[in-house]
Amino acid sequence: MAYTSDIRNHFPIFRHHPDLTYLDSAATTLKPETVIDAEREYLERYSTNVGRGLYPLAEKATDTFEMTRQKTAAFIGARNEKEVIFTDGATASLNLAARLLESLVTPKDNILATVLEHHSNFLPWKELATRTGAEFRVAPIDTDECVDRDALVDMTDEHTKIVAFSAVSNVIGGINPVSEIVKRIKEKNPHAVVVVDAAQAIGHQPIDVSLWNADFVAFSAHKAFGPTGVGVLFGKEALLETLPPVSFGGGMVLESCAETPKYREIPFRFEAGTPNIGGVIAWGAAIDFMKNIGVENIRAHEETLTKYALEKLSGAFGKTIRLIGPKDAKKRSGIIAFAIHGMHPHDIAHLLGESNICVRAGEHCAAPLHRALNLDATTRLSFSVYNSKEDIDRLIKRLKEIRKIL
Amino acid sequence: MSIYHDLILDHYRNPRNRGELKHATHSAQANNPTCGDRLGMHILVKNDTILDVKFSGSGCAISQASASLLTEAIKGKSVKEALALEPKNVFELLGVTLSPARLKCGLLSLETFKKAFLKNTR
Repeated sequence: MAYTSDIRNHFPIFRHHPDLTYLDSAATTLKPETVIDAEREYLERYSTNVGRGLYPLAEKATDTFEMTRQKTAAFIGARNEKEVIFTDGATASLNLAARLLESLVTPKDNILATVLEHHSNFLPWKELATRTGAEFRVAPIDTDECVDRDALVDMTDEHTKIVAFSAVSNVIGGINPVSEIVKRIKEKNPHAVVVVDAAQAIGHQPIDVSLWNADFVAFSAHKAFGPTGVGVLFGKEALLETLPPVSFGGGMVLESCAETPKYREIPFRFEAGTPNIGGVIAWGAAIDFMKNIGVENIRAHEETLTKYALEKLSGAFGKTIRLIGPKDAKKRSGIIAFAIHGMHPHDIAHLLGESNICVRAGEHCAAPLHRALNLDATTRLSFSVYNSKEDIDRLIKRLKEIRKIL
Repeated sequence: MSIYHDLILDHYRNPRNRGELKHATHSAQANNPTCGDRLGMHILVKNDTILDVKFSGSGCAISQASASLLTEAIKGKSVKEALALEPKNVFELLGVTLSPARLKCGLLSLETFKKAFLKNTR
């Protein structure tokens, strides 16, 4: 597959909206036909439950579901599929991680997050600290408006139980060097559990969780061409083996009648209830889609677009625009947040929307970061495989018209 | 039709009753967490009549224009009349119906105005 208009042909939404300029992939990506087909095929042809049926259709559902677990493990560099827990999304994954770790946290401990986290990688830790009496620490941003790595490492001490940070900020788009950060944290405190929010990294850059050496990694399928309602929590096998389940029900228990119930092996004891089977299977098709293109090619394409958009925006708006984050596109994922003097992000997004140009405006679920940047709100563009330089040209042209309107 | 029509843009560019009141008898602040808009309402009431009203803060064109239009509409009204205003009255002032995503922007001024009286009568 090449980066021409061909790639748009894989996304049926463009047949329904031929003049759509979709620049909101950090919220959710559009869905390829193969992903839609996979979910439809499950619903239409073998919509049975997983894990317990003894008839061929249920076996097919179980096999396809479990094959997707293996596929996911391989895609993210997990050592084996036992390290892959399916959830409802990145938010559910991070909340699950917080619940799983709760029994390990004491009032003497501290939990460390960063100011640029999405609320879903901030609030679960803040709440966990409140529940356990632990101290909640928040690392600042550096001059590039990325995680201040030195501060994060400095704030880690012998009482640090958990360190949570994102691989890519959902506002700034800066790529954090995960392996380096994890290594430095572990040198300071080998017992600190490191949790990485990879929601904005999955599908935008090659991911190798074994190389990262993080204890937990969370992401959603829907930000990487999969359906909504599916997420993954990767956890290191040795750590997961020590953790009891926190959600109870069908599919996760061995002996329920005993006074002390016995639970299944990992990862199944963390997956109570019927999962989103069709969604997980469709996520498998999304992995195939990304592998066919090559995640490194997606990364290269987004870097080209980011560089182009940064140049065009600063060319068009000069000193009146504040582009958040690193100046160098190599240090950024395909996300650009900006503020233009005298133009409120909500007005910009609304008026762009009237021209079928989709961007996001507001705080992007990252209020602490906006306070740190001293901004009420920003406008955010985010790219994926179906975007082109023409999309950016169209955006700039319309932004110039909007400046005249407002 | 775009909601950014002439009346709204006029009130956004040249807001009426913008500022603070030194001798306000009632005031309130509110914000819209989804877009970071902040609004303050400062009201001077005498003999149950709204003698003066001003708004402060920052926000999008819709929230600013609605605050400007609302302050114009309620000045001189009795408190009872002003408090009886409903969202549909704000839409009439704006001359547009807002989509669900922009409702909060358009209604922030009315909400803040009413909040000022709730707080002070408690």
